[in-house]
Amino acid sequence: MTAYVPIVKSRSAAADRAFNLVTAGAAWLVLILLGATAASMAWGGRLAFEKFGLGFITSMNWDAVGGDFGALVPIYGTIVTSIIALVIAVPVSLGIALFLTDIAPRWIRGPIGIAVELLAAIPSIIYGMWGLFVFAPFMALHIDPWLSDTLGTLPVIGAVFTGPPIGIGMLTAGIVLGIMVIPFIAAVARDVFNAVPPPLKESAVALGSTRWEVLSRVTLPYARSAIIGAVFLGLGRALGETMAVTFVLGNAHDLSISLLMPSNSIAAAIANEFTEADSELYRSALIALAFLLFVVTFIVLSAAKLLLMRINRAHGRTH
Amino acid sequence: MRAMTIAAATAALFVSACGGKSSDDQAGGNAAEAGATITGAGSTFVYPVLSAWASDYANSSGTKVNYQSIGSGGGISQVKAGTVDFGASDQPLDSAELAASNLAQFPIVIGGIVPVINLTGIEPGKLRLTGPVLADIFAGKVKNWNDPAIVTINPGVKLPSAPIAVVHRSDGSGTTFNFSHYLSQVSPAWKAGPGEGKTVSWPTGVGGKGNEGVAAYVKQLPNSIGYVEYAYVLQNGMSYASLQNAAGNFVMPSAETFSNAAATADWANASDFNLVMTNARGPNAYPITASVFILLPTNAKDPSRSKAALEFFRYVLASGQDQAKKLDYVPLPPELVKQIEAYTGSKVK
Repeated sequence: MTAYVPIVKSRSAAADRAFNLVTAGAAWLVLILLGATAASMAWGGRLAFEKFGLGFITSMNWDAVGGDFGALVPIYGTIVTSIIALVIAVPVSLGIALFLTDIAPRWIRGPIGIAVELLAAIPSIIYGMWGLFVFAPFMALHIDPWLSDTLGTLPVIGAVFTGPPIGIGMLTAGIVLGIMVIPFIAAVARDVFNAVPPPLKESAVALGSTRWEVLSRVTLPYARSAIIGAVFLGLGRALGETMAVTFVLGNAHDLSISLLMPSNSIAAAIANEFTEADSELYRSALIALAFLLFVVTFIVLSAAKLLLMRINRAHGRTH
Repeated sequence: MRAMTIAAATAALFVSACGGKSSDDQAGGNAAEAGATITGAGSTFVYPVLSAWASDYANSSGTKVNYQSIGSGGGISQVKAGTVDFGASDQPLDSAELAASNLAQFPIVIGGIVPVINLTGIEPGKLRLTGPVLADIFAGKVKNWNDPAIVTINPGVKLPSAPIAVVHRSDGSGTTFNFSHYLSQVSPAWKAGPGEGKTVSWPTGVGGKGNEGVAAYVKQLPNSIGYVEYAYVLQNGMSYASLQNAAGNFVMPSAETFSNAAATADWANASDFNLVMTNARGPNAYPITASVFILLPTNAKDPSRSKAALEFFRYVLASGQDQAKKLDYVPLPPELVKQIEAYTGSKVK
């Protein structure tokens, strides 16, 4: 017996070391891959960056014939559609998650939960086709004219909701993206809400809180950091989505304040134009776009982390 | 002998399995024999008819043709690099470029590009447009359907007082190249402005992905105008405008008018068939007629492979034309076929 134990110890120590190496390797591999991806995209886009410099980010031109490229329109379109997506998806997802954890009768939680997760399994091309053949005509017939006639007539914000009722544009793309993002946020949010310790909620109820007060004062604050994480996971998905957006965004290199107008996004522009990009500069400009998407995503995620740290510091919590 | 056959079969399998990567292995030596595979890449426009030809040809000769529709740009660069036996492009290369990369070039099939419209009450071909007006519409200068420029050439046609919704391609394509090439020829303002190319900087409108994307947008947007390949007009039952050609006549898109454009285009003076036949001169020629060009290496590492590819295209020119018609493409006129045969006979050895 006594001779046996140390052998086990040394073996488990070796196994531990091996395990550490493997996990550390996996973690470093991601970092290395990420660095290599960024570097190779920056290298591929060097022609465009050299030729246009900072103007590449601030120019609205995109002229393959004249060889003049600027990324402002795709960057704008990417960010605007993603913001619309979040504005729609965040409240809906939180509503779904709260309903599933705290409000719904037990028998309905399973079916709705599975339905939400299945939303994530639908290929984006299907969302795109649905958006083009079903949703865009609906927007053109009902939503767009209504928006133009009501919100469009208001001062200041009117400009955001005026335009031809074509059903294709940033608003439609944003809504489709929102639907695509919902399962990502809702699934995480549901799990987090389930993880809120029941005694906390029960105490609140014992103190006389209403259901709303329990949600807003206990559940949401407890799950705050995880929820923000889920939102930014969804945002990452929205920023990079290609196929669905290509179908309903209109793919026009126009910068418009109106959400009803067509625009372009970084991923859609690359998917549309890469196959027939026949000059070096053109291809380089598209790769430079990819690099910018990388940068935009990085900035957004860093901002999320900073926000999270701030909130946690303000509330004196660390996880 | 047996080992040879197995090696060849394996190599052929390998070639067909990994497509673009092919060439100087054992299969090369047997390429001209039955059971070999030739590979090509390029234009997506020609893909449906090319794959129909390939399957007919495999039945009659035993030679398999593996074609990847990766886009004209990709086809050109792959045939230049020698990774495929032939390339297909919607846009012809000039003689200097062909000579520099040792390529021969000839047209293989014709198609037409049609301005499709969505205007209630206007039947196919009833709306008449001239080249300059079409250019002004796509440039966003003519903004309304009841603009005097459109009304004066359409007496008796009831045009709505509605803004024109312009639809164009969002992806780079030979269709856009031919369309913008035509607009550049008939409108100096277009030539100076957006110009011609596989993607141009559109002054107005929304972009649909692919012919099917443009067709879907036009069908959904009332008062819209777009441009698609002729086959999509037929398949989707779309309405379209008739166009004024170089001879001053308004012509409808049809196999006959496309063929007429190909016959009256100035092929004889175009070296290496480097000719985009938009705005052809014939009295009954459709103005936006386009062709797909095949690119063959003239000094391939393994001449038997380019020979096998040439055999395939000889077969296509001689007996593949009915198949083309069935798929709504337009066969080449006989005079042009003769010129191509003379050309390939002298170029590809």
